[in-house]
Amino acid sequence: MQAVYAQLLVGLINGSFYALLSLGLAVIFGMLNIINFAHGALYMMGAFCAYFLLNIGGINYWWALLLAPVIVGIFGMILERTLLQWLAGLDHLYGLLLTFGIALIVQGIFQNYFGSSGLPYAIPDQLRGGMNLGFMFLPVYRGWVVIFSLVVCLATWFLIERTRLGAYLRAETENPTLVRAFGINVPRMITLTYGLGVGLAALAGVLSAPINQVRPLMGADLIIVVFAVVVIGGMGSIMGSIITGFALGVIEGLTKYFYPEASNTVVFVLMVLVLLVKPTGLTGRAA
Amino acid sequence: MTSITDETLPITPRAMRDEMIVFVIMAALLAIVPWTGIYPFFVMQALCFALLACAFNLLIGYGGLLSFGHAMFLGTAGYCSAHALKVWGLPPELGIIVGILAACALSVVTGYISIRRQGIYFSMITLALSQLLYFIYLQIPFTHGEDGIQGIPQGHMFGVLDLSKSTTLYYVVTVGFLGGFLLIYRTINSPFGEVLKAIRENEPRAISLGYKTDQYKLLAYILSGSLAGLAGALKVFVAQNASLTDVHWSMSGEIVLMTLVGGLGTVFGPVVGAFVIVAMQEYLAGFGQWVQVIQGVIFVACVLLFRRGIVGEIARIGNRSL
Repeated sequence: MQAVYAQLLVGLINGSFYALLSLGLAVIFGMLNIINFAHGALYMMGAFCAYFLLNIGGINYWWALLLAPVIVGIFGMILERTLLQWLAGLDHLYGLLLTFGIALIVQGIFQNYFGSSGLPYAIPDQLRGGMNLGFMFLPVYRGWVVIFSLVVCLATWFLIERTRLGAYLRAETENPTLVRAFGINVPRMITLTYGLGVGLAALAGVLSAPINQVRPLMGADLIIVVFAVVVIGGMGSIMGSIITGFALGVIEGLTKYFYPEASNTVVFVLMVLVLLVKPTGLTGRAA
Repeated sequence: MTSITDETLPITPRAMRDEMIVFVIMAALLAIVPWTGIYPFFVMQALCFALLACAFNLLIGYGGLLSFGHAMFLGTAGYCSAHALKVWGLPPELGIIVGILAACALSVVTGYISIRRQGIYFSMITLALSQLLYFIYLQIPFTHGEDGIQGIPQGHMFGVLDLSKSTTLYYVVTVGFLGGFLLIYRTINSPFGEVLKAIRENEPRAISLGYKTDQYKLLAYILSGSLAGLAGALKVFVAQNASLTDVHWSMSGEIVLMTLVGGLGTVFGPVVGAFVIVAMQEYLAGFGQWVQVIQGVIFVACVLLFRRGIVGEIARIGNRSL
């Protein structure tokens, strides 16, 4: 039974990365109509940013948790200003191709300097050790990742669905011209939204650094699973991304216990099954 | 929303004549390669990728469907052909047919699943399906996991053509490529191709005209997958191995890049793009991972500045359809 709980925890952790990444993708897709293929590369940059902050600047994990998303978010905003904004009004597919190119550049540069092996990032002192919950042993850091990312996800949901700023955002995805008529600077909102989505990816990267090590390709394979998560959940709602992300992580974790051979493929198999029954995804709107 | 390749000119007798002239020049150039001192292995490899890119282009350029998982057809046909040749001991022609049939069967199944969604969702689904296959091929025994299938016998095609001779193999690959190319060319200039273009431009309108658009798209997808399978089967004879790199999603990205560089939705663009990218990888191999960075820069530059690609830009300047 211990092993089931352990895999359940691994699943929840992976699920929190899936949720943070697919949430960022959903936010960006809503505003820019772009499937951000560079999301995995930006997640990796978040982890590297935390690594640099610690090893070069001597800045600890807690500050990295705040600074890395801001730094990578600013990088994302520069990308949006210099490259992505020229795609407005073009077919969605050009955004996919452009961000794929960006991902190749970023990952290629990091691979040149750091090879493909992992760099260690230590768990911060305050979160070391573990707790005995009676039915299982819970490493504190892992529990922290799950709870912290859940809080961040819900805060993002609150920001977009329950605040005035979020109302502007949602209005802009519906009708940018009308929103501009109210005197809102739409291009700046788009840039900030891209920065927010990228920041969420970078935050996931910082959270994952102590668990998965810091590797140039850490985002490359993850992003494809996240795309499958997006297809399963559909991009219709923010809450849909969060729930689907966590749920699929858990399912993947349980598969690892009951039938390990299928653990790499279970998300994709689920995607096929969902598509056969409900092509728009669980919470999705028609494309 | 404008279509991704709405620049194609209408098919006129002049356009057909231009295209036939370019085709004859291309075939003549390919025919003389063995006497020019150009490394035939390089040309054969480029031809396999050119056929693959042409098959991919049939789907994106004329059906508006961006498949990001075309490597799965290349890899599946490669593994099945290699297995048929090495383990079952089939002659080359049957080995190629096994590869094409495997890719065809795969495209029936994946096509049925993926054409239910359009645009970027279609791309993401094809990408996820190919990654699913990647993990399956990593685990099942017949592909030999990380090692791949090595040392594949080339054999005698139809009992007479000795494929271990590089010139003979070169002509077999060239004939395979030209055959596949003509089949694609015939398809896009047929009534079926016209319907595909109509679907690409405006699917609801095509539906309202009474076309069962899903069936047309599925058929185009199956044709594209099967031709990609032919490319994969031919590549087995050139490389003499079948490995996981052919199924990995980065290979799908390279196929997209080749087509984009040459020109999406142009007849000859994928061929030019494939030769450019294969040559680049050949000559820049010493730069290690910088090749990937350069490919990324080309991707970005193509999307932002040269959306029509090399052949598309030439065609625009000459106001011709190529």
